[in-house]
Amino acid sequence: MHTQTAPVRAASDPTDLLPKKLAHSRPLWDREILQRAIRESFVKLNPVQLLKNPVIFVVEVGAVITTLLLIQDFSRGSADAGFNVQISLWLWFTVLFANFAEAMAEARGKAQADTLRKTKTDSMAKRVISGGRTEKVSASQLRAGDFVICEAGDIIPGDGEVVEGIATVDESVITGESAPVIRESGGDRSAVTGGTRVLSDEIKIKITSNPGETFLDRMIALVEGAERQKTPNEIALNILIAGLTLIFLLAVVTLQPFSQYAAASAGSGAVPSVAVLVSLLVCLIPTTIGGLLSAIGIAGMDRVMQHNVLAMSGKAVEASGDVNTLLLDKTGTITIGNRQAVELLPIGGVTEQELAEAAQLSSLADETPEGRSVVVLAKQKYGLRGRELSHHEAHFIPFSAYTRMSGVDINSDHLRKGAADSIAQFVKENGGTVPPELREITERISRQGGTPLAVANGRRALGVIHLKDVVKGGMKERLAQLRRMGIQTVMITGDNPLTAAAIAAEAGVDNFLAQASPADKLNYIKKEQAEGRLVAMTGDGTNDAPALAQADVGLAMNTGTMAAKEAGNMVDLDSNPTKLIEVVAIGKQLLITRGALTTFSIANDVAKYFAIIPAMFMATYPALGALNIMGLHNPKSAVLAAVIFNALIIIALVPLALRGVKYRPEGAGTLLRRNLLIYGLGGLIAPFPGIWVIDRVVHVLGLA
Amino acid sequence: MTGNGLFQILIYLVMIVALAKPMGVFMGRVFAGERTFLHPLLRPLERLCYALAGVREEAEQRWTQYAGSVLSFSFFSFLFVYALQRLQGMLPLNPAAFSTHRAPANATAMTPDLAFNTAVSFVTNTNWQSYVGETTLSYLVQMAALTVQNFASAAAGVAIAIALIRGFARQQASSIGNFWVDLTRAVVYIFLPLSLAGALFLCSQGVIQNLAPYTQATTLEGKTQVIAQGPVASQEAIKMIGTNGGGFFNANSAHPFENPTPLTNFVQMLMIFLIPAGLTYTFGRMVGDTRQGWALLAAMSVLFLCGVLIVYAAEQSGNPNLSKIGVLSAASDTQPGGNMEGKEVRFGIAATALFATITTAASCGAVIGMHDSFTPIGGMVPLFNMQSGEVIFGGTGAGLYGMLLFAILAVFIAGLMVGRTPEYLGKKIEAKEVKMAMLALIATSSVILLFTGASSVISFAKDSHWNGSYGAATGNLNNGGPHGFAEILYAYSSGAGNNGSAFAGISANTPWYNLTIGLSMLVGRFLIIIPMLAAAGSLAAKKKLAVTTGTLPTHGPLFVTLLIGTVIIVGALTFFPALSLSPIVEHFLMLEGRLF
Repeated sequence: MHTQTAPVRAASDPTDLLPKKLAHSRPLWDREILQRAIRESFVKLNPVQLLKNPVIFVVEVGAVITTLLLIQDFSRGSADAGFNVQISLWLWFTVLFANFAEAMAEARGKAQADTLRKTKTDSMAKRVISGGRTEKVSASQLRAGDFVICEAGDIIPGDGEVVEGIATVDESVITGESAPVIRESGGDRSAVTGGTRVLSDEIKIKITSNPGETFLDRMIALVEGAERQKTPNEIALNILIAGLTLIFLLAVVTLQPFSQYAAASAGSGAVPSVAVLVSLLVCLIPTTIGGLLSAIGIAGMDRVMQHNVLAMSGKAVEASGDVNTLLLDKTGTITIGNRQAVELLPIGGVTEQELAEAAQLSSLADETPEGRSVVVLAKQKYGLRGRELSHHEAHFIPFSAYTRMSGVDINSDHLRKGAADSIAQFVKENGGTVPPELREITERISRQGGTPLAVANGRRALGVIHLKDVVKGGMKERLAQLRRMGIQTVMITGDNPLTAAAIAAEAGVDNFLAQASPADKLNYIKKEQAEGRLVAMTGDGTNDAPALAQADVGLAMNTGTMAAKEAGNMVDLDSNPTKLIEVVAIGKQLLITRGALTTFSIANDVAKYFAIIPAMFMATYPALGALNIMGLHNPKSAVLAAVIFNALIIIALVPLALRGVKYRPEGAGTLLRRNLLIYGLGGLIAPFPGIWVIDRVVHVLGLA
Repeated sequence: MTGNGLFQILIYLVMIVALAKPMGVFMGRVFAGERTFLHPLLRPLERLCYALAGVREEAEQRWTQYAGSVLSFSFFSFLFVYALQRLQGMLPLNPAAFSTHRAPANATAMTPDLAFNTAVSFVTNTNWQSYVGETTLSYLVQMAALTVQNFASAAAGVAIAIALIRGFARQQASSIGNFWVDLTRAVVYIFLPLSLAGALFLCSQGVIQNLAPYTQATTLEGKTQVIAQGPVASQEAIKMIGTNGGGFFNANSAHPFENPTPLTNFVQMLMIFLIPAGLTYTFGRMVGDTRQGWALLAAMSVLFLCGVLIVYAAEQSGNPNLSKIGVLSAASDTQPGGNMEGKEVRFGIAATALFATITTAASCGAVIGMHDSFTPIGGMVPLFNMQSGEVIFGGTGAGLYGMLLFAILAVFIAGLMVGRTPEYLGKKIEAKEVKMAMLALIATSSVILLFTGASSVISFAKDSHWNGSYGAATGNLNNGGPHGFAEILYAYSSGAGNNGSAFAGISANTPWYNLTIGLSMLVGRFLIIIPMLAAAGSLAAKKKLAVTTGTLPTHGPLFVTLLIGTVIIVGALTFFPALSLSPIVEHFLMLEGRLF
């Protein structure tokens, strides 16, 4: 049998911060979601609703105008009627496509909310009334401050704190994780969530929230997007694109008098038709980003959710992209949580093999992770197979706080392992002498941040086992990535500075806070913030709450106390502190996606000018045909091609908006250069072939 | 293009870049209140100003108070200039007796709309001239009204730029400096000494400085010629240094009394960019990272160099239609070749192309040639320089705060692509800053587009009040077709950009043009100043964020490219339709053999 010692979590592709497979992920094109989104796209045509999105509202107004003008065309039998019908149609499609993008993002959240809602049945609760008796009431009648009793099989009726007892609870409703968790009174594992189920034992719970305000209710509201508010950056971006829309409106509206002058002075041609002017306007205003902006935001929240993290607001997700400093708890985040034997150091004339054998035998009955790691080390490094020792040949001595050692007596061997001074004492008691080497080695190990365990056999001191905190596999790479992203990591530990420094150096964190009390954490955060940095941290205990509230991004563990969850602005349902890194990456990805599509949208305009301007003035100034560098067939097909391209690009970019652009953990300069090339230069160039192809198709189909 | 021409352009750019640092350090010290070598001499004067005006030197202003001070200062300046013009007939120093019954036959009447336009023009640092100096204004108006405003409006621009820089440099501050102190220091330590030195140098080269009546001369043909005189040198120096551009004479710097030699011409060009270039260094110094200033200077220099090379290439290649009929257009030792129409022979094509680009890039507006006579592409560059917001060096102060507006936009759009809330110099760019930048952008482009649109179609009854004998607003144009359209577009671009140079070819001294161009100038000045000061106030109140490798670097070539791209794309997207109906189509028509 082969046991793996170290990495709990296999190192994933170090260039990718976001793992592909997620607990709550769903396919991009889910049939049910798609249907809901298409239905919603039409509902969203309601101009009152569209007013929130000025860019698309302008498109809708344009579509209404061109549609109304069709009546005029048909009554007069205008030759342009066919063209105008197509323009109107494509303008409506533009609005619908933009609506669809938003509806897609929302529908994904709603589908998730529905699943959650199904689990929310109105259970019955046993409320404690005076004299220790209970009465059966509906969960909806419970108020904060009530006490209830839950036993095996019961659904916990509301959010609360365990005040008596210990129980295993199935929280898969919330976390999607089927393994039960332990909930007990006192300490940091006392919070229970309404809707979860007690599997064993009985607990008394103090209800902490009123019906409709429970964690599950909030979770449903969040994923559904019912309380969605525009984030600060979204508001700013909206101002930018609304401003650009206004500028383009001016540029197009003034084209009317400009062309009137031009036609008069050239003596040929006429003012472009309203349909053509509206087409130019719609092509110029940033419809791509205008149509996708809210979808990007919702999808960002959704992506956080897929990582099983519940963000209380979009603002929190955005802020996580801005984080400069990550406070990471040592235990459980940076190290795997338990000390492990990594080295055997014999003293005197003892061979390593002999020490290994003694260490292994003395640890056979030791069920602590440290003890097991000794057995594993002996097996892996020295090829010693675990031996079955029956009780008649061996007498195991368990660890006691008094002797501070454990071991085994086999035949004449008295094997002991434990703290160096205890073992020294043991050796002396057995009439042996302790070589000075022992002290030297133990001190050296302590200095390196490890824990020394001495091993002796009766009167002979054999050597030292070096136990140390083991950094999680892949952690070093991830921390290095964070550094490249410009994020400094700070390790928080209760260890002494010496030990902390050693682990910090090994893991590659930038800084550490040793012997850290909750107050130290809070002060550290305040200090960082005063220096202009944004700080993210994780926490679970009640005493973490002030720091969680102070941090710009506070990720509370779901296993933590209610106070911690209330204080943070995100809750990790998996209670995995390493998740903070993923949350930061998602925040960054969200902002990059917005910037990329804005840049792309604006860069697109150049090509559209080259399509529409020569087409508009073909009759007035045929010389402007020189600007028709794409060689589009005729003015109508050129305008139509630009409008169709403009509409289709929205749909084409919906997957990108929902998934987010690929994010690599790199410095800002490198990121900017690559994204500028792809979305800036790409946005400048891409429409030229795009419009050219559509123009061919339009021409071949005889549409214009 | 000739080697000599390219060398002139290159040596000019090198000198400007070399002058940026000493100028920038000096200005930085002045506005920080540090001692300079001029303090022993000028500090008493500075204190005297405060004592007379009742200004407390150490009192700081919030952005609203700062903006209020700018507005009230400008308003009273406007009233003063307006009144002095209207009353010039009753006031001394009026040897030509303008606005009196003894006025010469060719004198222009000082109507209310002309006085309004001129007052607005000089208060806003535009110096658009609907009047002809030597046939309209008394020496008193030229000196006490216009020259004073050349100092005041230029200093106000610098003060506002400094206030905006403080917005970036300070943190969690509620104030952005004191307008009166900044204004005084700009005038006393920067503009006065430089202008004095400049004026003395110009005098030494032959620029006139007198209060004598106009000279009656008899020409070789025996005819009488009136030669205008006046206190030219004192106005000429500040006209350049303050990027004002309003010439004493109608011919502006093409007039030998204003700009007699190639040497004065070169020095005048240096004077235009001196302060705008220096301010980029002051900016870097004040925000604590001189690389930030060099980045802005680099972006400006690249845009400028592209512009000047395009103009020079277009002008040197001339009009193909003339080459077709056998006119030599290649430069040789004996003739300049290219397009010499509207250019001074003593300056030639390269210097004129250089001057035209400088004057429109820097919102100066002084000219040594007729931009109207440039080739279509040669004329498009000055037009675009103004439309892109006068940020390529730009006016004193105005260029810097305009460029910072674009930096804010560039950072906001592209900054997101590094995955952080956009920040510039440690300050988060949020809704307030974006709103202010967009407001400024919309204001200027809207007046250019709307007034150009109105003027290209509006018609008035003949001899009506609004447009006199011209009738329709297009009646004032000297040319038809796209070139005529360019003349209108240029006039409003020049007004809104606070440039003041004239394409010419348009008779703009009518109530319609005086009023609309006047409004363009007001919008182009104050609807940028107020939003920028508001942004300064908002930025000053913010915390300064720490710089990490995750921060968008705003000092390298990548950012410079981005900034250049933003300036060009924003300008091009706004004005491409208008430009395609003027210089662009005119160019293609010229290639087809049609001229306007």
